[in-house]
Amino acid sequence: MKVTIDGIEIDVPKGTTILQAARMIGAEVAPPTMCYYSSLKTSGGYCRTCIVKVTQGSTANPTPMPKPVASCRTEVMDGMVVENTINKDVLEARKGVVEFLLMNHPLDCPVCDQAGECHLQDLGYEHGAATTRYEFPRREFEKIDIGKYVQLHMTRCIMCFRCVKVAEQLTDNRVHGVMHRGDAAEISTYIENVIENDFSGNVIDVCPVGALTDKTFRFKSRVWFTKPVDATCDCKKCSGKVRLWMKGEEVLRVTARKDQWGEAEEFICNTCRFERKNTSDWKTEGPSPIHKSSVISQNHYENLNELKVKIMKQQKALGFTPFDKRP
Amino acid sequence: MQLTNRKVVVSNKEQSFAERLYLPAIAKGMIITASHLFKKPPTIMYPEKKRPIAPVYRGQHVLKRDENGAERCTSCGMCAVACPAEAITMTSGERKKGEEHLYREEKYAATYEIDMLRCIFCGLCEEACPKEAIFLTDRLVDAQFERKDFIYGKDKLVEKIDARIDVTKRQTQAVLDFKKLPGLKHNELFDAKKLNKGHKH
Repeated sequence: MKVTIDGIEIDVPKGTTILQAARMIGAEVAPPTMCYYSSLKTSGGYCRTCIVKVTQGSTANPTPMPKPVASCRTEVMDGMVVENTINKDVLEARKGVVEFLLMNHPLDCPVCDQAGECHLQDLGYEHGAATTRYEFPRREFEKIDIGKYVQLHMTRCIMCFRCVKVAEQLTDNRVHGVMHRGDAAEISTYIENVIENDFSGNVIDVCPVGALTDKTFRFKSRVWFTKPVDATCDCKKCSGKVRLWMKGEEVLRVTARKDQWGEAEEFICNTCRFERKNTSDWKTEGPSPIHKSSVISQNHYENLNELKVKIMKQQKALGFTPFDKRP
Repeated sequence: MQLTNRKVVVSNKEQSFAERLYLPAIAKGMIITASHLFKKPPTIMYPEKKRPIAPVYRGQHVLKRDENGAERCTSCGMCAVACPAEAITMTSGERKKGEEHLYREEKYAATYEIDMLRCIFCGLCEEACPKEAIFLTDRLVDAQFERKDFIYGKDKLVEKIDARIDVTKRQTQAVLDFKKLPGLKHNELFDAKKLNKGHKH
């Protein structure tokens, strides 16, 4: 099936969604996502951040779709024409979605452990307005303890349901879910049940905001002061492929490896995530690739050689002789 | 490559008789010296006298407390990541029950250090701070005998409750305007009751 997204044509198999097709093209045209997670079935369709405009339904029926559609839930048709970043209405609508997501979100980024790798921060920065129009008190919840590993901050939750899907599809006994409706909806374990399942720690990785964070890493360091390193171990329960967040020789945090969409490549078990905090537990592979626009790449000098080569190339193009090559 | 036109070629030519006498040169020097007796001295008698400084002078930092005396710094690390000299380090602590009068928010800086020898007093930390906690003041950093004494911890940086430091001069109009925006009450503690009173439906 041929589909055109932002003027770029691509051939995709039947049953592909617009979002998947856009991701095949590349990050420039892929819409942002907050609730969709490619490795979790039936995820997506809640947050509306990935909305796009379909200007031509298909070759057979070229009428445009009347409203923006959620690209994570809409399958492509042959000859479909989609506009994402080139359509002003889409960007304006997305700005509205971001405003809705931020309506009840507390501005406690300076305290939040997710700051620096938070998808809502990125989204707000790229698509949101710099100010808020909301003047009413934000919702508040009674704090509940959901176990010794995972810290729940319900005020930060944006109701993406990813953690519920993880518990359903990855672990065999889900003990938490979303209770109540609308404004009062909250993630809870009912009667303070404790989440302790071998793969329950993955709710931290799938959470796009700071609602579910690592209790063993709580307030230890800001993300951008730690250095991500890819490492492996022989684990019986999971693949053992993880990302260590180091400060000096200390392992402050263990997470799954994230791909370019911020999604975990392979889910890891709780033993790897919470118990193995010594460098001797791990076989390191090397520094993790971090995008240069991320705050995590601040004060890291791994790419210094790359930069040197780039500068030298530029100098060569300008006809500049380096100082050490001069007669 | 010529950078300036002040280049002088050194010559080893022999001195003339007048030059070898030295006396005219000494007299010339003495006239210059004597003329300075009647000129205003460019130096001042520090510390009795102090030079006037700009109202936005950037000297030793202060970590502010709020109106209730609680520390404003929440150890978010923005100052440290903004610092071009990498002079700031910190560790965070979690506020316990009963410490609300000491720390403004859930998280606080357990240690906070600025290496005054690394610091270039650019003021970027102050610009980055989302909590209006760190400010540069018109105080000078004292001279020390040991390098380690230039690493200022919380004992030297946090202002004393009974000796507050005025930083109103460094709060720019942009900051003050920002504070006035409804909904952006980042500077006020969350008070649901107060807000509810203001919005009766």
